[in-house]
Amino acid sequence: MFTAERVADKKDWLTGNDGEWEVIIGLEIHAQVASKSKLFSGAATEYGAEPNTQVSLVDAAMPGMLPVVNEFCIEQAVRTGLGINAKINLFSRFDRKNYFYPDLPQGYQISQFEFPIVGEGEIEIEPEGSEAVMVGIERLHLEQDAGKSIHDLSPNETYVDLNRSGVCLMEIVSKPDMRTPEEASAYVEKIRSIVRALGTCNGDMEKGNLRADVNVSVRRPGGPLGTRCELKNINSMRFIRQAINYEARRQIDIVEAGGEVDQETRLFDNAKGETRTMRSKEDAHDYRYFPDPDLLPTKITQEYVDAIKATLPELPDARRARFVEEYGIPVYDAGILTADKAKGDFYERLVKGHDAKIAANWMMGDLFGALNKKSIDLDDSPVNSDALGGLLDLIADKTISGKIAKGVFEKMFAGEGSADEIVERDGLKQVTDMGAIEKMVQDVIDANADQAAKVADNPRLIGFFVGQVMKASQGKANPQAVNEILKKKLGL
Amino acid sequence: MSNENKGVDAEIVRKIARLSRLHVDEDRLAPLADELNGILSWIEMLGEVDVKGVEPMTSAVAIDAPLRADVVTDGGVRDKVLANAPKTEAGYFVVPRSVE
Amino acid sequence: MSDLTQLTLEAALAGLKSKDFSSVEITKAHIEACEKGAKLNAFITTDYDNALKSAEASDARLAKGEGGNLEGAPLGMKDLFCTENVRTTAGSKILGDFKPQYESTISAQMKSDGMVMLGKLNLDEFAMGSANETSHFGSVINPWKAEDGIDLVPGGSSGGSATAVAANMCLGATATDTGGSIRQPASFTGTTGIKPTYGRCSRWGVVAFASSLDQAGPITRTVKDAAIMLQSMAGYDVKDSTSLNVAVPDFAAACDNGVKGLRIGIPKEYTMDGMPAEIETLWQQGIKWLQDAGAEIVNVSLPHTKYALPAYYIVAPAEASSNLARYDGMRYGNRVDGENLYDTYERSRAEGFGEEVRRRIMIGTYVLSAGYYDAYYLQAQKVRTRIAEDFNAAWEKCDALLTPTCPSAAFAVGRKIDDPVTMYLNDIFTVTANLAGLPAMSVPVSLDKDGLPLGLQIIGRALDEETVFAASAALEKAANFTAKPKKWWA
Ligand SMILES: [Mg+2]
Ligand SMILES: [Zn+2]
Repeated sequence: MFTAERVADKKDWLTGNDGEWEVIIGLEIHAQVASKSKLFSGAATEYGAEPNTQVSLVDAAMPGMLPVVNEFCIEQAVRTGLGINAKINLFSRFDRKNYFYPDLPQGYQISQFEFPIVGEGEIEIEPEGSEAVMVGIERLHLEQDAGKSIHDLSPNETYVDLNRSGVCLMEIVSKPDMRTPEEASAYVEKIRSIVRALGTCNGDMEKGNLRADVNVSVRRPGGPLGTRCELKNINSMRFIRQAINYEARRQIDIVEAGGEVDQETRLFDNAKGETRTMRSKEDAHDYRYFPDPDLLPTKITQEYVDAIKATLPELPDARRARFVEEYGIPVYDAGILTADKAKGDFYERLVKGHDAKIAANWMMGDLFGALNKKSIDLDDSPVNSDALGGLLDLIADKTISGKIAKGVFEKMFAGEGSADEIVERDGLKQVTDMGAIEKMVQDVIDANADQAAKVADNPRLIGFFVGQVMKASQGKANPQAVNEILKKKLGL
Repeated sequence: MSNENKGVDAEIVRKIARLSRLHVDEDRLAPLADELNGILSWIEMLGEVDVKGVEPMTSAVAIDAPLRADVVTDGGVRDKVLANAPKTEAGYFVVPRSVE
Repeated sequence: MSDLTQLTLEAALAGLKSKDFSSVEITKAHIEACEKGAKLNAFITTDYDNALKSAEASDARLAKGEGGNLEGAPLGMKDLFCTENVRTTAGSKILGDFKPQYESTISAQMKSDGMVMLGKLNLDEFAMGSANETSHFGSVINPWKAEDGIDLVPGGSSGGSATAVAANMCLGATATDTGGSIRQPASFTGTTGIKPTYGRCSRWGVVAFASSLDQAGPITRTVKDAAIMLQSMAGYDVKDSTSLNVAVPDFAAACDNGVKGLRIGIPKEYTMDGMPAEIETLWQQGIKWLQDAGAEIVNVSLPHTKYALPAYYIVAPAEASSNLARYDGMRYGNRVDGENLYDTYERSRAEGFGEEVRRRIMIGTYVLSAGYYDAYYLQAQKVRTRIAEDFNAAWEKCDALLTPTCPSAAFAVGRKIDDPVTMYLNDIFTVTANLAGLPAMSVPVSLDKDGLPLGLQIIGRALDEETVFAASAALEKAANFTAKPKKWWA
C-alpha cells in the first residue's frame, strides 16, 4: 500500500487552536559504510584522528586529483539494499552535486542522483505501544561525506578538518510514511539494527556513524500534504522525537495564524530543544547535478548480487521469529534479544544446554541491568556467555538456588572469578543431604514448639518455618526439600 | 529547444554569477547577458538534431568504473595537504567564518 | 659542434646514446635558446638549475650505458601538469604560487624515462582559448611572421608548447587537447602534435578543464618525435578511472608502416564557408600525396559535424564550471578577503579568473541549471552520441580520415574579436575527435600565401594511434615541409 494515504490514528492527532492535525514524516538516514578507506581515496576513516591527518590529496581536491571507487563500498550498498528488501540496480552512476562550502573541497559532492545503486524497498517497524507499520524505502545511494567545520576555536574564523571528507555514506531515503515521532524513531532503530546485523555500518550515532535528516510537514487528517521542512543531521532517537514534536507544533502555529510554512532546511538545537532556520534565503539552491565525468558507470551482475545474497546473515526480524519458534520464548523477549546482533549471538551461545526462558531472563534481567548501570557494551561484558552458562548449570543441577545465584553473579561481574570458584570459595553449595536437612528442620521445630502447635490451624505458618530453616542453613538448604520435610513433620 | 530559451537577462546573469560564486559589478550584468545570448543563440542549432531514442554520451570510453580494494594506502600527509593553504592553525585550514 | 637545438628528438637521443654530446651540453644549448627567446613568452616558469642537475644525472646513467626512452633530452612541460615543488599555474592568477606536493603521472613517467625538464610552458588560462591570449602571464608570440611583421598568435591553448618547439627552445613539449589545443597550435606553428585516444594517457595530476574531453599528448618537430614522446606519456594508470587498461604499442615503429592498402576517408562536411581557398587546395594536395603513397581514397560522410562545436561549447563549459569550483581560495591559491565568506568566495574567484574563464563558468553553470539541463546539456550529450555514431559508420568504409586541421593560418595578436563565437570556430575541425574520444594528429605540410604554416589532420579509430602515425608519417614524407621561421627574436 502506498502509505502516504495512511491517516494517523486519532490518538496520534495533534490538537491545534482550531482543530486536529496529523504529522507526515519522511527520513533520510546517512549511514557511514564500515570501510577502512574512503569512497574515492585510500585515506583512513578511523574516528577521532588528529585534524587533517586522514586526508589524501584527492580528499583535499588538489588540482588534477581523481576519484577511484572503493569496491567494498559498492558491496555494502548492495548488502544493505538486500537487507531492506529493495531492488538492486545493476547499473548505477555517480553524479556531481554542485555547491560551495569550505568543508566541501571539490565544490561538489559526488553522489548518485539519477541512477542510485539501490531502488525501492520496504521494512516493517513496531513503534512502542502501536501496531506494526510498513515503511517504504525510496532509494539507497552512495555519496561522499563532507569535512568538518569548527566554529568555536576562533571568534571570526572557521577551522576546517577534512578527515571526514570523502568518507563513504549510504543515504537511505524513506517514503513519507511515518505519522508519529515514535514511528520515526522506531524506523531509525530498525534501520540501525539492520545495518549493524549486516555489518555494513557500525551504527554508532554518537560518533556520527548514523545520522538522520527528518522531513516534517503537517496536514489536516487525510487532507492534502503541507509544505515540508528538512531537519538536518540529528544524531539520537530522543532528539529525533523532540525535533519532530517541536517542528510539528511550529508549523501548526504558523498555518493556524494564517501564515505559510517556508520550505527550508532547519537545524535542531539539542540544548534548547528547538529547530531554527539554517540557510539564508539569498542562497539559491540549484545543485546542477550532472554525471561525474571522472567516473564511469558502475555495472554489476545479477550473479554478483546473488553471491552477496548468499552471504547475508539472518536479519533481526527473521531471527526474532526463529527465537520464538525454536526456543519458545515470548515475542517480547525475542524482540529484545534480537535488537542487535551481539545480543542475539550471546543468547544463542548461552541457550545451548540451558533452559531457554531462564537464559533469557538472566540476560535481560541481571546481565543487562549490570551492564547498563556501568554503561558497558555487551561485547565488553566481564561475564561472557560461557561464564553465565556456568552459573546456569549450577542452578540447574541444584548446586545453588536461584537466589544465591544472584549474589554469585554480582561477584562474577565484579571479576571475582567463575561461578564454580565463587561458590566453592564462599561455601555456597546448596545442602541436599536429606539427613542434614531433616536435622535442621527438627531443630527448628523443637525450638519453636508453640508455633508448631498452631500450624494445623494456620497452614500459612509453614512459611515462618521455611524461613527459619533457610536462615539456619545460611540459604544453602534446598528449599524444595525443606518444604517437603517440614510438611511431613508438621503433619500437613 | 528554441522555445525553452527565452534569452538571458541581467537577472539571470545575476543568478548564475551567484551560483558560480563570481562577483559581477552591477553595470556588467546587461553586457554579460548580451554576450551570453550571442553564444547561446549560436548553440541553439543543436535543437535541429533528431535525438529520438539516442542515449546521452557521458564518457568517451565505453568501459565500467574500475574498482579499488578497501585498503588504507593514503593519508598521513598533513604537511602536504596544508602546504599551499592561505592560512592554517593547529593542523586546520582556517577560512572566513562560515556561520553567523 | 653544430647547433644542438636544431636536432630532432630522435637524433638528439641517438647522439646522447652514442655520446656525441652530453645531456648537459644539449641542455645548456636549449637554456640559451630559451633565454634568447624570452620575448616569445613561451615559458611561465623556468627551472634551469634542476634541469642541469637532471642533465648531469642523465649523463651519469648514459655513461653506464643505462637510461630511459627520453634520457637526457631537454623538454618543456605545459603548465597544466602538476610538477612536485615546481610552481604550477594553469595560466591563471587564481593558483597564486601553488606548488604541487605531487607529480602528475605523465610528468613522473617522463622523468623516470630520463627527461630533462626545462620549465613550465605558457597556455591559455585553464586551457581555455585558441590563441593563447587568455593567459594571466601574457600572450605567447608565434615565432612565425608574415611579410607585414605583425606579431601572430601561436594558437591555443598549448601555445607555449608549440612556440617553444617551433623556436627550437626544447626538443619537444607536453600539451593537452580538449577541443583542439594540441593540433591547432601545431598547425599555427609548423609543428606536429597528436591528441591520442581518450584514456590512452593518464589525467591524474593534470589540471582539469573538461574531464570527458581532456587528453594529453606531445608537440614535436616530427611525427617520429611525437611517437617517441607519446611512448613515455601513455599507459594505464589505476589512479585515473577513465584510463584504458591496454598495452601501449610501439608508436615509433608504426611510423614506418606506410599507407599501402590503407583506406583514407575524406569527410565531405569538413569544409566551411569563408574558408581560404588555399586550405581546400592543400587538402586536395594531401589526398593526392596519400594516394600516391598507396592509400585508397574513399569519400565518407559525417553528417553531424556542424553540430560538434555547439555541443562542445555546452559540454566543456558545463564540466569546467564544476571542475573549477575547487579554486575558491580556501585550501590553496589566492584568497581575496571580502566582508564575509560569501564575499570572499566571489572576490577570490572574480579576481582570480580571467574574463574567458569566467564567461565559460557562467555558460556552464547556466546550461546545467534547473530548467535548462535537458534543453542544453542533455541535448548536447545526445548530439555527442550522434557524432560518435557518424565516426563508427565511417570506420566501416575507411581506416583513417584526412581533413584540414584548422580553417585558417595564425592570426594577429590582439586582433579584436567582439564575438567569442568567431574565436570558437578555430576548433571546428578538431573538436569532433575530442567528442568521440578518437586519436588525431596535425602534420605541417606547407606555407600559405603569406608564408605561414598550415597543417593537415589525420583522425583514427579509438586506440589505433598506429594507423594515425603511419598516415601522418606518410604525409610528412610527401610534404617534405622544411620551412623554418626566421629567427627574429634572438
Ligand atoms: Mg539528502
Ligand atoms: Zn546525503
